Amino acid sequence: MANEAILRIEGLTVGFGDRVVQQDVSFTVNAGSIFAIMGGSGSGKSTLLKAMIGLLRPSAGSFHVGDEDYWAASEERRAEIGQGFGVLFQSSALWTSMSVAENVALPMRMLATLEEASIDALVAVKLALVGLDASGDTMPADLSGGMRKRAGLARALALDPGILFFDEPSAGLDPISARRLDDLIRELRDGFGTTIVLVSHELPSLFGICDDGIFLDAESKTAIAHGAPAELRDGCDHPTVHAFMNRERPPGDQGPAGDAHERR
Amino acid sequence: MTDTEGRGWKLQGQGAVSVIALSGDWIARTGGVEPGAPQRILATGPQSLGFETESLGHWDSALIAFLSALRDAARAGGIAFDEAGLPPPAQRLLVLARQAAPVPVSPSAASVLTRVGLWTLAVFAEITEIAALVGNTCLRGGAALGGRAAMRGTDLLDCLREAGPGALPIVTIVNLLVGGILAFVGAVQLRAFGADIYVASLVGIAVVREMAALMTAIIMSGRTGGAYAANIATMQGNEEIDALRVVGIPVFDYLILPRVLALTAMMPILYLYGCAVGIFGGFVVAVLTLDLSPIAFIDATQSAVSGSQFGLGLAKSVAFGALIAFAGCRVGLRAGRSAADVGRAATTAVVASVVGVIALDAIFALCANALGI
Repeated sequence: MANEAILRIEGLTVGFGDRVVQQDVSFTVNAGSIFAIMGGSGSGKSTLLKAMIGLLRPSAGSFHVGDEDYWAASEERRAEIGQGFGVLFQSSALWTSMSVAENVALPMRMLATLEEASIDALVAVKLALVGLDASGDTMPADLSGGMRKRAGLARALALDPGILFFDEPSAGLDPISARRLDDLIRELRDGFGTTIVLVSHELPSLFGICDDGIFLDAESKTAIAHGAPAELRDGCDHPTVHAFMNRERPPGDQGPAGDAHERR
Repeated sequence: MTDTEGRGWKLQGQGAVSVIALSGDWIARTGGVEPGAPQRILATGPQSLGFETESLGHWDSALIAFLSALRDAARAGGIAFDEAGLPPPAQRLLVLARQAAPVPVSPSAASVLTRVGLWTLAVFAEITEIAALVGNTCLRGGAALGGRAAMRGTDLLDCLREAGPGALPIVTIVNLLVGGILAFVGAVQLRAFGADIYVASLVGIAVVREMAALMTAIIMSGRTGGAYAANIATMQGNEEIDALRVVGIPVFDYLILPRVLALTAMMPILYLYGCAVGIFGGFVVAVLTLDLSPIAFIDATQSAVSGSQFGLGLAKSVAFGALIAFAGCRVGLRAGRSAADVGRAATTAVVASVVGVIALDAIFALCANALGI
């Protein structure tokens, strides 16, 4: 499986109505790798991710899952392919009316034909894997930010997906919690061999766990660099990428209001 | 043991050292987890457990769930569990599940006595809060009239528009139909006694004294009281109220006061409008079905409905408006921070308002009876 392309994006253009957010983006994700979609705030990372998890139809280009063109498939087929995806949203997006255990159990109840005893055992092991084995009965509102992320991860693992998508997994977490979550993501990849696509601009996470990646630029609205985050930090000559990866101000940045282009 | 998909386990070497040979694909989604397997393995009396995985195919959390349960059962029975024969990724996941940081378990359920005590304290705290809310409204309402409250005029105007003109269509429909229904019911009964003309008195008194105020209040409970609760509960969830507090903007003046003032001010106007529409509904039905002349109907209504009955209806509508606004705002403020809490807050506000309005109406009825109105 290693080095075999499992996701292939070719010339993808995404946006909202007439507004193009990213255009002509191409890359491949190898099976079992942790792939980073990098870029500054407002560069379209999450929008690109939406096109990959079926929430936003791209205006051009193709997205292949294995050998299948995801957006050319019927809606039913896309739903079937999507059952092989697990998604951890930035806000965790836990269903607040259900306990943590019910959140993890719901996809199994709705999408698989399993007996209750099996579901209970699988929920228990998934909560144990993310370190929430004693919090199954807790309601999402009573969890801390880090625990909510872990609960979201347990739910993303519910159907043992082959591909996991993470939108800013360590956003809003303290450095220790973020590091623990990074380690957990890597352990789960090593254990289950899951392919992981991760949207982030948290440099420690990017350098710590990602094998490969792509850098999206807000100004040119396209991908301006490919490679592992550590390689881009040390070897990329593009001024924007270099500045981002080394936490420097880009050339020509005009004082504290330099990111004014992000304001809507 | 082998299931229909060819996955399974087989115990090799009975007695002290047992090796479990795992085979086939262990996929959770299609095969689940075999219940009771650890107990069956341990029932053979092994002193240590090892594994052989030459025939093991694809696997996912189904295998980890099986191994994890077996490991826990083996430990509980003092039996050695040797993971060395397992695939390295499975060993890593078993370590991960074992290293799971313990999270404190929620406290066990309290005794009945404790719960009754806690409930009593909560009710007392709630009564205190409501009293404070009413007191604050009186104090800050006075300040607002003098232009000294931190309330934005635009917020008050928005609330007035929402609670007044915004509610006109539904107030019109409901009161028109209630007036018509009263006339229909009265017509059937009174015609039997040749007392057709009293339909006008029936409709006039019922609408002015009870129905216009009551029906308008019930409409506003569902429409505006529920919206207040949902709106404030959503703000609570988005930490908007926390932000107001941190900045130092008085939450009461900014959020509660415009809503209470707007609904309390608009309810009497809606009541008067409801009376007019209700009587018109009765008028249309009476004229069309009883062959009463319009002049006779209006004349009978004028003589039946007194000013004191209008006064009673107006007093009721003011009280109902304040009650609905208080209930909606209070329920919204004490709501939790989740989406489910917003739904619960809206429902609770509507139920509390409707029950409160009916109870308050009963008290008004007793008072009116005592005063001879």
